[in-house]
Amino acid sequence: MIRVVLPAHLRTLTGVSGEVKVDVEGPVTQRAVLDALEVCYPMLRGTIRDQVTHQRRAFVRFFACEQDLSHEPPDSPLPEAVAAGAEPFLVIGAMAGG
Amino acid sequence: MSGVRVLIGTRKGAFVATADGTRQRWDVSGPHFGGWEIYHLKGSPADPNRLYASQSSSWFGQIIQRSSDGGTTWETVGNKFAYDGPTGTHQWYDGTPHPWEFARVWHLEPSLGDPDTVYAGVEDAAIFRSTDGGHSWQELPGLRTHGSASAWQPGAGGMCLHTILLDPGRPGRIFVAISAAGAFRSDDGGGLWQPINRGLRSEQIPNPTAEVGHCVHRIAMHRSRPGVLFMQKHWDVMRSDDGGESWREVSGNLPTDFGFPIDVHAHEPETIYVVPIKSDSEHYPPDGKLRVYRSRTGGHDWEALTNGLPQRHCYVNVLRDAMAVDTLDPCGVYVGTTGGQVYASADAGNRWAPIVEHLPSVVSVEVQTLP
Repeated sequence: MIRVVLPAHLRTLTGVSGEVKVDVEGPVTQRAVLDALEVCYPMLRGTIRDQVTHQRRAFVRFFACEQDLSHEPPDSPLPEAVAAGAEPFLVIGAMAGG
Repeated sequence: MSGVRVLIGTRKGAFVATADGTRQRWDVSGPHFGGWEIYHLKGSPADPNRLYASQSSSWFGQIIQRSSDGGTTWETVGNKFAYDGPTGTHQWYDGTPHPWEFARVWHLEPSLGDPDTVYAGVEDAAIFRSTDGGHSWQELPGLRTHGSASAWQPGAGGMCLHTILLDPGRPGRIFVAISAAGAFRSDDGGGLWQPINRGLRSEQIPNPTAEVGHCVHRIAMHRSRPGVLFMQKHWDVMRSDDGGESWREVSGNLPTDFGFPIDVHAHEPETIYVVPIKSDSEHYPPDGKLRVYRSRTGGHDWEALTNGLPQRHCYVNVLRDAMAVDTLDPCGVYVGTTGGQVYASADAGNRWAPIVEHLPSVVSVEVQTLP
């Protein structure tokens, strides 16, 4: 079970509070986690990555285990602690006011 | 007793205000979709319980919400707005070519007869249509691929298609307006489009009378007379009596002819409303006085409507989609401000009172008249 922390706007959109948990079959990669997340919560399609290109949206970043994974290839394995469910995968909205 | 439902889009969520036909006491719900920008909400003329809302964020993109119970509950529907085919370029602010990029939905226009059909005007400028209640969206690419499109350029708010008018007397005729390209018309349901900007004059472009490049802020029509159009342009209030084939200026005695919204009285096709703003660099009312101006002669002769509106130290703006009318008698008129007030007049503009104050900056106001 992979733990995912969504930013506040996306928690509002999905109607969840706290962490989200998703099952991933096979290698635990950024792409696999986002695919699983969008299956569970279809309203997230297009909010984290572009629906056509699957590119990460410009103001969204991915952190885990105190590392910035935003620029990692989408098919690279995520840290073992994320795959084991010990640490969450964080989807972050770039810091800005407004 | 009949009533009204006012749909308010703001920078930080949506609000819904309801009242009976007297329009004196208001119940306000919201924020719906708190924290998100709500560019526009609109109800279906064919089913007043069917509402559509454009919810967006610079961080997380575009969401479309739909309600089937008048705004009590909402569901997300489709948000995939993919341009149809190669996108080409338009002009950037400095005149250089810039690729078309989808940013957001500015305006949702439900079909006059089918609650499941709705049009979306988007930035970068294009028009999309859904025929399945918003679940899927298809571009009508004839507009974006018009031969003039490479010369279109963004206004200060982006290159947005912000106005969609469906002609009730002539199925298939659609008017749209784009900042800063101008007005366009289709007579075949959105397949082919032609610019309809003859008579417009814009000193801010190299050729002031060019076929395209005009910053049209808003167009309005009366349902009983769809061949007559009224336009608030970047500067100038304009009128067309031939479906946009030609325009003439009707700014008349307005204190300034810069502004954003324009609308038409529900029962008097020659009575129109605008909100003059000081200038293109100072987006607030002249002299710190919020005044709606009304013409009962289809333009030229205007009167200031001030009763109940702030007449000192008022420096708000009324954005292009933030004015609406209801169809009760007398006609109600509504304006929302960037200061977070929504004012209503239940007597065609003679007297005004706030429905609600201190909201986030108001982007859009629509009104439904309920049985």
